[in-house]
Amino acid sequence: MKSDIVELTIKKLRDGISQKQFSIQEVVEAYITNINKYESKINAFNTVQNDEEIQILIRALGNNTEKSLSGIPFSLKDAYVTKGVTTTAGSKVLDGYQPQYNATAYQKILNQGGILLGKNSQDAWGHGSTSENTDFKIPKNPWDKERVAGGSSGGSAAAISARMVPFAIGEDTGGSIRNPASFCGITGLKVTYGRVSRYGAIAYASSLDTVGPMAKNVEDAALVLTIIAGKDPYDATTSPLPVPNYFNELKRGIRGKRIGIPKEFFQEGTDKEVIQKVKEALYKFEELGAELIEVSIPSIDIGVAAYYLLAPSETSSNLARYDGIRYGHTRNNFTVETMRRIMIGTYALSAGYYDAYYKKSLKARTIIIKDYKKAFEKCDMLIGPVNPTPAPKLGELTSDPVQLMLSDVYTLTQNIAGIPSLALPCGFSSTGLPIGMQIMGNMFDETTILQTGYAYQQATDWHKMKPKL
Amino acid sequence: MRSTKTFLSTDQVRHVAHLAHLPVSEESIAKLQKELEATFEYINKIKSLNTKGVDETSQVTGLENVFREDIVDNKRTLPQKEVLSTAPSIYKGYFKVKAIFHEE
Repeated sequence: MKSDIVELTIKKLRDGISQKQFSIQEVVEAYITNINKYESKINAFNTVQNDEEIQILIRALGNNTEKSLSGIPFSLKDAYVTKGVTTTAGSKVLDGYQPQYNATAYQKILNQGGILLGKNSQDAWGHGSTSENTDFKIPKNPWDKERVAGGSSGGSAAAISARMVPFAIGEDTGGSIRNPASFCGITGLKVTYGRVSRYGAIAYASSLDTVGPMAKNVEDAALVLTIIAGKDPYDATTSPLPVPNYFNELKRGIRGKRIGIPKEFFQEGTDKEVIQKVKEALYKFEELGAELIEVSIPSIDIGVAAYYLLAPSETSSNLARYDGIRYGHTRNNFTVETMRRIMIGTYALSAGYYDAYYKKSLKARTIIIKDYKKAFEKCDMLIGPVNPTPAPKLGELTSDPVQLMLSDVYTLTQNIAGIPSLALPCGFSSTGLPIGMQIMGNMFDETTILQTGYAYQQATDWHKMKPKL
Repeated sequence: MRSTKTFLSTDQVRHVAHLAHLPVSEESIAKLQKELEATFEYINKIKSLNTKGVDETSQVTGLENVFREDIVDNKRTLPQKEVLSTAPSIYKGYFKVKAIFHEE
C-alpha cells in the first residue's frame, strides 16, 4: 500500500490521511524517497528543501490537517519567488537570490497546508522549449534520459512524471506548461490570462504569462486550480469573475458537446504518429458522445512570427530591471539565448522599426483573437496536438533558433489570444515516447476543458503510465 | 519590390546590445548577428499580413481602469533592512549605484 502512495490522486491522499491509513509524514517521505532515488538521473530540481525545512512546514500544520492540501507535497517552477528559499528563474543573474516575499499562487497553496519540496529546473526566464537554456540543471525526460523534458517548465513535468511530487506550479507564456507536460506524459493546464495571479511570478512577457497547475491527471489539476485561481489585489490583471469549484464540476460528462478540429493543427511536418494518436483520441470523444466539427484557425502560421515579436519585446522591457544593484548579479550573466531575445525585442521596439514589427504584431494579435472567436461560435472547444513531434534528443533543437521557434507552432496562439488550454497524454510513439493533445477552451471556460479531459481519463489509461527509472 | 530581408550589420547588433545594456563580447557579436538575421528573416513574414483597418490589441482581459483605494497596504511593503538585504553594495541605508555622470 505505502509504495503506492505516489500513484494516488490528491483526493485519495487527503482521504487516506483523514482516515489514518497513512500519515502526512509517510506521504512526504514517499515522495522524498523518489527525489533521493531519481534526482541525480533526472535533474528536475534547482533546489531541494532540506529535511529540517520540510519538518518545519509539517509541524506548522499543527491541528490544521483538514485543509484541502494539508500535508500534500508539491514543487514550484523556479520562476516563483519564495521567501527565504533560493529563487533563480534558471539564470545566474539570480544565483543565490533569497526573495523577501511569496508569490500569490505559492502563498495560497501554503495557506491550504501544502508542503514545498523544492524548486524545479527550467529555461532561464522561461526562454526556451527544451529547458536547455539554463545556467543550472538541465532536466532529462524520464521516458528516455537522452531526450529533453521540454520547456520551459521542464523540471516540473519531469518531477511529476518521475513521481517526485504529486503536483507542481508551472508557468506558460507560449507553451511552457503544455509542451513539457506532453513530452513527459503528464497533465498540464495553461489557464485563461487573468485567471490566476501572476504576483511573484518572475516575468517573461507580461501580457502572455500565465500561472497554472501540472499534475499526473486532470482531477488533481482541477483541484489545484480551484485553490490558486481568483482575483488578487496585487495583480490588477486578475479577473473579478467568480471561481467555480472546478473539482466538483468535473463529472458532468461531454455528451452533446461540440469539439472543433482546427485543420491547421494537423499540418505537414507534424509527426505521423502524433497525428494518429490525436485522431484516435478524437474518435474516443465521439464514442463518449461528443460531436466533431472541422474548424479553421488560419492565423496559426503568422502566430509564430507575432509571438517572436511580442514576447521578446516584452521581455526586453521586463529584464531591463536586472541591474545587479538592488538584488541579483550583473547583465553579463545572461545566457546568449536570453541576450538574443532581449535584442530581438529591443530592435523591434526601436525607432524606425516599431511600426513594422511591434505595432504590426499587436494587429496580428487582433486577427488571431478573431479567428478563435469565430471557431468558438461553432463549437465548445478545440482539440489538436501539443507538439509537432515527441520529445527531441538533448541538443537537437538548440543549434538552430528558427527550428526552435517552429517547434512551438501549436502552443503560441493560445497565449496570444488569452484562452485556456489543457494538455494531457493520448498515447505513445512506437519508440515509447509520450504524445500529448491539447483541449483549448473559450475565455474563462476552464470548466468545459477540464470536464472533457476528465471524461477522457476515465475512459483511458494513458495518464496512469509511468516511466521505468 | 522591396526585399523582405532584414540586413543587420555587426554595427547595428553592437548598437542594439548597447541600447539593451548588454555587455556582449566581440566573438558573440558575430554569432548573434547571424542568428538575429535568420530570426528576422523568418519574422519578416508578418509584413505580408494584411492588417488594413485592424486595431491593435495590447491586452486580452477587457479590464480597464483597475483602481484600488489610495491606502498604504503594510502587508505588501517591506522594512528598509529587508529591502536592502539582497543588495550587493549599500551605503548608510541606501542602495549604492555607479555614477552615471562623467566629467568630460
